[in-house]
Amino acid sequence: MENSHTEEPQYQKKLPRWVIIIAFAVLLGFLALMGWGLRNTQQGPVQVGQKVPPFELTTFDGTKIKTDELIGKVIVVNFWASWCKPCEQEAAELEEAWRFYQDSGEVVFLGVDYVDTETEALKYLEKFEITYPNGPDLRTAISQIFRISGVPETYIMDKNGKLASRKIGPFVSISEITSMIDSALNQ
Amino acid sequence: MLPNLGYGSLVITLLVSIYAIVAAVIGERKNLYKYVESARLALLLTFPLLTLTVISIVILLINQNYEVQYVYNVTSSTMPLYLKVTALWGGQAGSLVFWAWLMSAFATAVTLRKWDRDLDFLPWVIIVSSVTLAFFLIMIVAFENPFVRFWSLPSGGELVAMFAPAGSQLIHPFDGRGLNPLLRHPGMIIHPPMLYLGFVSFVIPYAFGMAALITGRKDDRWIRLTRRWTLVAWMFLSIGLILGSRWAYDVLGWGGYWAWDPVENAAFMPWLSGTAFLHSVMIQEKRGLFKRWNMILVILTYSLVIFGTFLTRSGVLSSVHAFAQSAIGPMFFVFIGVSFIISLAFLIKRWDDLRSEGVMTSLLSRESLFLINNLLFIGILVVVFWGTVYPLISELFTGQKVTVGPPFYNSTTGPLFAGLLLLMGIAPLSAWGHSTWKTLGKALWIPAIGSLILLVVLFVSGIRSIGALIGLTVASLAAFVTIYEFWRGMKARHKRSGENYLVALWKLTARNRRRYGGYVIHLSVVFMAIGIIGIEFFQTETQGRIAPGESLSLAGYTVTFKNLAEFDVADGRNVARAVLSVSKNGKDLGELYPRRDFYYDSQQPMTIAGVRSTVEDDLYVILVNWEQISSRGATFKVFHNPLINWLWYGGILLVVGSFIAAWPDPEKEIELAPSRIMKKETGKLVLRP
Amino acid sequence: MNYKNKIFITQKITLAFFVTIFLLLLLPFNNVIAQNDFPTDDQVNAIAKELYCPVCENIPLDVCPTQACAQWRALIKEKLIAGWSKDEIKQYFVDQYGDRVLAQPPARGLNWLVYILPPVVFVGGIVVVYLNLKKIKKSSEKVIKNSDINNDKYLKEMEEALNILNKNEDLS
Repeated sequence: MENSHTEEPQYQKKLPRWVIIIAFAVLLGFLALMGWGLRNTQQGPVQVGQKVPPFELTTFDGTKIKTDELIGKVIVVNFWASWCKPCEQEAAELEEAWRFYQDSGEVVFLGVDYVDTETEALKYLEKFEITYPNGPDLRTAISQIFRISGVPETYIMDKNGKLASRKIGPFVSISEITSMIDSALNQ
Repeated sequence: MLPNLGYGSLVITLLVSIYAIVAAVIGERKNLYKYVESARLALLLTFPLLTLTVISIVILLINQNYEVQYVYNVTSSTMPLYLKVTALWGGQAGSLVFWAWLMSAFATAVTLRKWDRDLDFLPWVIIVSSVTLAFFLIMIVAFENPFVRFWSLPSGGELVAMFAPAGSQLIHPFDGRGLNPLLRHPGMIIHPPMLYLGFVSFVIPYAFGMAALITGRKDDRWIRLTRRWTLVAWMFLSIGLILGSRWAYDVLGWGGYWAWDPVENAAFMPWLSGTAFLHSVMIQEKRGLFKRWNMILVILTYSLVIFGTFLTRSGVLSSVHAFAQSAIGPMFFVFIGVSFIISLAFLIKRWDDLRSEGVMTSLLSRESLFLINNLLFIGILVVVFWGTVYPLISELFTGQKVTVGPPFYNSTTGPLFAGLLLLMGIAPLSAWGHSTWKTLGKALWIPAIGSLILLVVLFVSGIRSIGALIGLTVASLAAFVTIYEFWRGMKARHKRSGENYLVALWKLTARNRRRYGGYVIHLSVVFMAIGIIGIEFFQTETQGRIAPGESLSLAGYTVTFKNLAEFDVADGRNVARAVLSVSKNGKDLGELYPRRDFYYDSQQPMTIAGVRSTVEDDLYVILVNWEQISSRGATFKVFHNPLINWLWYGGILLVVGSFIAAWPDPEKEIELAPSRIMKKETGKLVLRP
Repeated sequence: MNYKNKIFITQKITLAFFVTIFLLLLLPFNNVIAQNDFPTDDQVNAIAKELYCPVCENIPLDVCPTQACAQWRALIKEKLIAGWSKDEIKQYFVDQYGDRVLAQPPARGLNWLVYILPPVVFVGGIVVVYLNLKKIKKSSEKVIKNSDINNDKYLKEMEEALNILNKNEDLS
């Protein structure tokens, strides 16, 4: 659009070809950019079956967890925030599910605290007695990988690091969680 | 079956508008007037058809037919009638229908005019407006149908569809989700329609501009024909923007009027290019210069209207007012691409034909000052455009979301706006064709001295902010020059004809309404500038938690907390309302009632400020927080907004000025029109029945 | 990722450092501070004003009414009590929630484009206007007496009347 400045001197006979080319190039470049942006917004979250890029979660107590070191395990990534009311509905169930799988060693739960304050987040974790690793989503890097649209959202990655299933919104029951994890385990 | 009726007429309108395109193309290609006339009649038919659709939606909304998904999404039983009706433009699907309806109204109005002199434009004006209309209709019919209903399937599932799937039953939800609380405001009646009218009516000048480009007519006929359309479009857009600011000020509860939000910018950008266009067309009319530039501006304005609509409705940019993500994005994108490329292609094709007829002769002439005015407007446009799309670019290339907020816009556009105000003070005094420093200085020195005196007064009164001093000085110069212009004209008439001053002023304005209406608009801009300078440079605020009986002080005012009550209201709100008493220098000034409304249906809170407005300032109090159970204390935020009301006064004056300038006078229009008989002989098209 | 890690480590160290130092230093004075009512809401808002709510779109933190924003304001208060400076708090927000919390993109990397492109385009515009105005000099001899600028009869009358008026004024 910026090219609309190109007002030519009045006595020039013909519009030079390079001006035409630049005008179209700028327009097409701009359109390409918009198209790209549009595709990204239309894309929605990571699709089931897609490989999830590796990421790193630093928990509230300072431990670093790298997902590429967890290949061979099913990873449950739950996005939440202390200000998120619906998250509270599923908090207890998630913890229950974690305790169920904890001993098997085949499933890892990661709680990703999406744009939150540490004080409130720790209060929340204490309130729901959550024991699986939780950490802040620093610079919203992890949520951008999954392209989440809000909280709560849960993503389950299979043993090869591919997305096995996802849940937008809170889980309603523990069986819903376990059936999703089980199917990921059996893949 | 109201939904079927509404949907049916929607589909028929789409077919009719496609027919209009085809018939107009055939008529133009084969030089057959009857086809063009048929296309014209088809276009006339779209308005009544769409009116039927709009009435269907409105009846569904009023009758609370929640089985219709759109009705379910935007209304609830507790909403007052006026909001149920205005919910027509409260959601994506309905507002697209409303857009299309207004578009067809304008297309109808323009096709009803006398075309005798401009028959060669007619097919192209029909084609451009029908294509735009058809595009919106396709989006509605294919992706955003407001008539889809909820069905329960025999298998037990639920489905949203237009027509009943086999064996299914309609589901009648008990209540709707209700309109977004931000939209539940009397402003809803007038702000969106004004903005849409502004958007839609800019399609008409574009259609004529394209018609001139395609037919290759080199004269300024298209500009003369659309002058009033442009002015009306500009007025609607201006009103829409000002009402939007007022709404934000009342409802968003942050003590401001403009946030440089992407959606605001999307409406502001066509306004900027449209304002540049309004000024530069005068150069072409008077001097035959800048033909290309005017064509660029009208294309740019139309493109920005479509592009702004795309930005806010496709989910590409996120914003407080953006519509929910929707499937119309890709289709909109294709339309934008096609219309931009076609416009650019024709512009380049006709570039050589659009050579200027004259030359510029003086650096200080009106036309060169207008050129600088255009430079400044486009400069602001570039800043706003870039600030609006940059977050998208950043996210695409770096994956990092960024905010481009007010500090960026204020520091970049501030000087440009000041430059525009300065030009507003100089340009009206310079003559077309030729001006010198001497002639200009002779006219300028009296107002300039007035402004300098004001500057000294402001400085002595303690204002030290350089931005505010410059702003107020140049604004006052523009005001003095404008008033001086009125005074000179009035005096001249008085001397010549012996009319008394009021009659002289009246006749002066009536005889050259475009000029003096323009001056009134200039004055309104000065008013708005004063309001904006007031709030931007002198706004102060304080916040504190106070118990009943305690008070907060700001800018000489004292607000004392009296009590707070929390209660439910019949329209589905929980209201927490505080009572504060206001005093200034010990003098009691009454009470303020800031409140927080919580909407049960949408689970959203709204902050409604308590405002005390006077000519010199607003006291604006927000209830931030309070003790839930006892009335032990509450937190208030108090803003002192000096001069803000001048912004709204300016808005009213702007409408007055626009009316003065745009009021039709048919005789003059015909008188000014160049003879078309010659052209008709030589022109390709001989459209006579 | 490396770069982010670095930022993160510095932030972590800063955090650890300040938390220890200030917990040690400030605990004994806690009462005094409470009495002084530090920090006031205005001090919190002064910082919140320059930050944007990370979850809502384009709303400054000081006026955002949601519960999440109230928590962030409380966080600013906490950090102020801990003795952090404005810049430290802003940096903490950036590290936690990304660049979008700043009112303007930080001037580095691609973001330079934000600040460079508008002036460049504007200068380009000035050049175009200048090229147009330069032609004036070439043709300034051509006086436009014969053009139809003043074809508006009424305007012409007005201008004449004004000229007479101005002359009278000059004489008097």
